[in-house]
Amino acid sequence: MSEKFDAIVVGAGPAGTSAAYTMAKAGLNVLLIERGEYPGAKNVMGGVLYRHQMEEMIPEFYKEAPVERPVVEQRFWMLGEDSVFTSGYKGLEWAKEPYNNFTVLRAKFDQWYASKAVEVGALLINETVVTECIVEDNRVIGVRTDRPDGDVYADVVVLADGVNSLLAKSLGFHKEFKPEEVALAVMEVINLPAEKIEDRFNLEPNQGTTIEIFGDATKGALGTGFIYTNKTSINIGVGTTLSGMIKLKLRPYDLLDYLKNHPIVRPLIGGGEPMEYAAHLIPEGGFHSMPKIVGNGVVVVGDAGQMVNSIHREGSNMAMTSGRLAAETIVLAKEANDFSANMLDTYRIRLLESFVGQDLKKYKDATHTFESYPQYFKEYIPMINQAASQFFTVDGIPKREKQKKIFKRLTEGKSKLGMVQDIYRAWKVMK
Amino acid sequence: MHILVCVKQVPDTKIIKIDPKTNTLDRRGVPAILNPYDTHAVEEAVRLRARYGGKVSILSMGPPQAVAALKKCVEIGADEGYLISDRAFAGADTLATSYALSRAINRIMKEEPIDLVICGKMAIDGDTGQVGPGIARRMNIPPLTGVKKVEEVDEANQKIIVHRKLEDGYEVLTSPLPCLLTVEKEINEVPYSPLPNMIRAARYQPTVWTVNDLEDVDRSQLGLKGSPTIVGKMFSPPKPEGGKRLTGTAEQQVSQLVEVLLKEKRELLVQGGK
Repeated sequence: MSEKFDAIVVGAGPAGTSAAYTMAKAGLNVLLIERGEYPGAKNVMGGVLYRHQMEEMIPEFYKEAPVERPVVEQRFWMLGEDSVFTSGYKGLEWAKEPYNNFTVLRAKFDQWYASKAVEVGALLINETVVTECIVEDNRVIGVRTDRPDGDVYADVVVLADGVNSLLAKSLGFHKEFKPEEVALAVMEVINLPAEKIEDRFNLEPNQGTTIEIFGDATKGALGTGFIYTNKTSINIGVGTTLSGMIKLKLRPYDLLDYLKNHPIVRPLIGGGEPMEYAAHLIPEGGFHSMPKIVGNGVVVVGDAGQMVNSIHREGSNMAMTSGRLAAETIVLAKEANDFSANMLDTYRIRLLESFVGQDLKKYKDATHTFESYPQYFKEYIPMINQAASQFFTVDGIPKREKQKKIFKRLTEGKSKLGMVQDIYRAWKVMK
Repeated sequence: MHILVCVKQVPDTKIIKIDPKTNTLDRRGVPAILNPYDTHAVEEAVRLRARYGGKVSILSMGPPQAVAALKKCVEIGADEGYLISDRAFAGADTLATSYALSRAINRIMKEEPIDLVICGKMAIDGDTGQVGPGIARRMNIPPLTGVKKVEEVDEANQKIIVHRKLEDGYEVLTSPLPCLLTVEKEINEVPYSPLPNMIRAARYQPTVWTVNDLEDVDRSQLGLKGSPTIVGKMFSPPKPEGGKRLTGTAEQQVSQLVEVLLKEKRELLVQGGK
């Protein structure tokens, strides 16, 4: 019979590694299984790492982790066809310890993070695919891998196998995603010299900017684009719900191409050398789509459990917290030698009490609402651009008259009541 | 039978780029892998152990990160791994490398005699294929290069029969043991490692020696000092130009091809006539 571990973690992304790290540090015998050549090889995200949740795992991690740039400015763009209405915040308090967020390249960061789990005693094996959970008497007792003699056993299995968690699906924890529950994001890493990045984004060395783009980035579909600055490269990407893409008959790469060639975007990335292209599904269903995350001898963490706040583009932080909370519960379960769903349910309860559950609940209707009422992205953003253009163009027309015109334009072809409803609806799902 | 396999960690040359200005390798961000030829050497040792029993040890020289290459060998099935790692070894060419490795082999042999040494055909970063034969010369054992099959090991009579690849075929050769083989890729296929090997490798910590752990070392023969190789010039060979693609039906393509060939022939004749 194969070796038996205290816990097996499937997937060495932020959720899985956080779980493995926490359990190994508490003295559990942990096996961490990664399908990629190394942790991070297969992982994709826009590129913002949240300091707070990471520090809950490893205090002052930024002193040794391969982070790219501390984010000192967050810009929000409402993009028109050849215009942009911008807002944002830049604060130099974010340029100092303890910082706020960082841009990271996942291939580097995940590798480093997993190495920290190995340092505290987790066993990491790469290039190994877990094909199924081994179930006996209605409880998960281990996993089967695609390798010869590939069965391995544990008291608990932690499923951190990402958005399209085949393992959770095969346990019947969740059904196939509906197109409106997942977004498809495509991104490119574009190499640019550090000085160019600092010039174009108005940054000092070791400072970074994030730009979230609404509106024309997605040709009016529900979704966002983003531009993040790394040390010597830029991440640019765009994501929309699958349903939006189907409706507009868009191909993901065309959308990214469109954004890259947008006249407002082009000068920021011009002359850069595309290095990597990646596409990834993002679970955006939120609270309503959360699958079952606890069973006998098994828990689900991170993207596998649909833990993404699509409104604030947060996911990796939720993944880390869910991994840690699951691990802390398993440590307690080990002490009690009880790995039943009943015992492990503590994880689910603590998760819902944490910011993960609270935030997912807060925005539980947001994606659905914006999906059902396309005017927010399709009409209001172009309107804001037109209004700004009109107001700021100096052409001899008195400002009062301009205001009148703008207001008229805003309400043209629309009932005032409809607009009030739109505003109320948006406020309700975001409040 | 105690088999020693010498391996090297190399940058993955599938990804590596040449800096167009300096003509040197741009290794930034390029992952280090176990030299692909060496995986076949390790696999062959593991197969011989399965046939004849014994033990497979691995030896490598490199920076501390090269431990990863030794762990990879344990995944394939090796029993033990030794890494010699020291500033004193840095900058070694093939001569200094084979010297350092042979000193480490001496140390391993003190603990347990070695019956057979196996190396990969060559490393994909240097492409020389000199270190294997260099080790054999220093150990004063026969080097058998280009081995594509081990037919038989006769332990009682301390003999090995191998097939060596030649340009126009192969030769079957009997050699006394101990000897050193450098093996071709075609000698075996490296299978997907079993899970227990992966778990063992994840736990395994190879023995790491510095120069002080080795005996009878002449330091002037180590590292850059011990390397007489001088790189005169480096250049990237011109890229072969892509050929022309013919389109249309098969018949149209054939007639186009004939036309092109005839034209070339005429041009050659005209040139020859001048």
